[in-house]
Amino acid sequence: MPAECVGDKEEALKNHVIIGNGTAAVGCIEGIRSISSEDRITVISKEPHPVYSRPLISYYLEGKTDLKRMLYRDEDFYKKNGVDIRYGVTAEHIDTAKKKIKLSDGTTLKYDDICVAAGSSPFVPPMQGLDSVEKKFGFMTLDDALSLEKELTKEARVLIVGAGLIGLKCAEGIKERVGSITVCDLADRVLSSILDSECAGIVQKHLEAHGISFLLSDSVAKFEGNKAIMKSGAEVEFDILVLAVGVRANIGLIKEIGGTVNRGIVVNEEQKTSLEDIYAAGDCAEGYDASIDANRVLAILPNAYMQGRTAGINMAGGTVTFDTGIPMNSIGFFGLHIMSAGAYDGERKEIRHGDVLKRFFVKDGKLGGYMLIGETDRAGIYTALVREKTPLSEINFDAVTEKAGSIVFSADSRRKKFGGTV
Amino acid sequence: MKRVYVNEEWCLGCHLCEYNCAWANSGIKEMSDALKGRKIYPRIHVEGDDKITFAVSCRHCEDPMCVKSCIAGAIRKEDGVVRINREKCVGCLTCVLVCPYGALTPAEDGIMQKCELCLTNSCGEPACVKGCPNHAIVYEER
Repeated sequence: MPAECVGDKEEALKNHVIIGNGTAAVGCIEGIRSISSEDRITVISKEPHPVYSRPLISYYLEGKTDLKRMLYRDEDFYKKNGVDIRYGVTAEHIDTAKKKIKLSDGTTLKYDDICVAAGSSPFVPPMQGLDSVEKKFGFMTLDDALSLEKELTKEARVLIVGAGLIGLKCAEGIKERVGSITVCDLADRVLSSILDSECAGIVQKHLEAHGISFLLSDSVAKFEGNKAIMKSGAEVEFDILVLAVGVRANIGLIKEIGGTVNRGIVVNEEQKTSLEDIYAAGDCAEGYDASIDANRVLAILPNAYMQGRTAGINMAGGTVTFDTGIPMNSIGFFGLHIMSAGAYDGERKEIRHGDVLKRFFVKDGKLGGYMLIGETDRAGIYTALVREKTPLSEINFDAVTEKAGSIVFSADSRRKKFGGTV
Repeated sequence: MKRVYVNEEWCLGCHLCEYNCAWANSGIKEMSDALKGRKIYPRIHVEGDDKITFAVSCRHCEDPMCVKSCIAGAIRKEDGVVRINREKCVGCLTCVLVCPYGALTPAEDGIMQKCELCLTNSCGEPACVKGCPNHAIVYEER
């Protein structure tokens, strides 16, 4: 449309650009649309797919979902929200003086504000001989899962490097479709980012009972084609290699133009970066973690949505802050559920019976964090105590360590929760 | 909008709400066929101790944590009602991790289910409320 035809109303509409097309981007779109139905929204999507539920790629391989059901939003999501979605394009440079973004297809895009929701990328440490491995895969994207799927055979021996959430979910997802799985990790335990040694030991035992083998406190010294020679001297022959060592926040776009970055793009509680009119959200952002009272990358899906939504509302002229982010995870393997939240220091209280272990960490009179294995009913009540920093002196915490329940709260507090609008 | 509210001082702890919930959502005509000899998976649960009891079901929050946290995009809020698309749910329990009311529990198949106010089942209004003998739960505007 020629510039002179643009009326005052059109002129007043903002151009919001979202770099990335994952959960944080959806939060941002829905945040913007909760304030403005008319502002323009453009989404730059590196992946050629409408937004899908990224953590579901292992469930896809396991046959628990399919490409249609794992869409994170309905197929008409972009259309319904008036979003100009650009697939297969990346943002290459942000010119803050001219307020333009240079895209990988050679075009430029004008913006009034940006939400960087660019996620993270797999981190692959230098490993000698990696080039000699024929079938190697990451496990971050739908395309990773689809490529891996093509190579799965009942005889295949799989080596997964990384016993974190990604590596282990991959193992569970492909277990019934391959011959054998070995998981190795430099750490001395599985899920080292969310579990302590004893809890990790329970999970490892359960995974081993389901046929997964482990090589812990060990790493690959070098690859020779289909053989990995470990630092310990052990040798592992494999047909398929999955690299799930870790991820790094995609901070490049902001770093190169002088924005404040650390492990992630540093944001305040409104999701603003140090650069004017540029916000960041999700796995690329380093926002406030209430459990440690400091900034940290919290690469979990709920956090991505909430940060994205916060950014979106603020971009569209609203004013909100998000200061209740905490690390929290719910993950299951072969029927064993595990939940964790918050920080693990302070006085330890625990409940154990049979295969159940519930470990709570009480610090400064508050529930600072917890790990639950095998018994997770109503755990959101514990999570709320962590998130809201509820003084344990005001509630009856001992009544709910065995079994979570709202009996923990006073009658008055329950009246508000269950007798009012929340 | 109308929600289910709890008057805990009236709750007898009789668990009838749980049975009525399970029956209403079973799709089975006769109560005895739906419930007798079976483990039930209701969407409302009586909690408490030896002194006080109360029934907990979804609060249909203004700003629901479960909707924002669902890793499958399976939980939505439509016309004020928080609903779950069980076809999309993979049973990861993230909604259990975040619901501050402990209102979500899995069904027999491990897939989540939740109170949707009986608006789409044969009852048409909350069966728990309809069958509560002492008005300990009510369905009204507040």
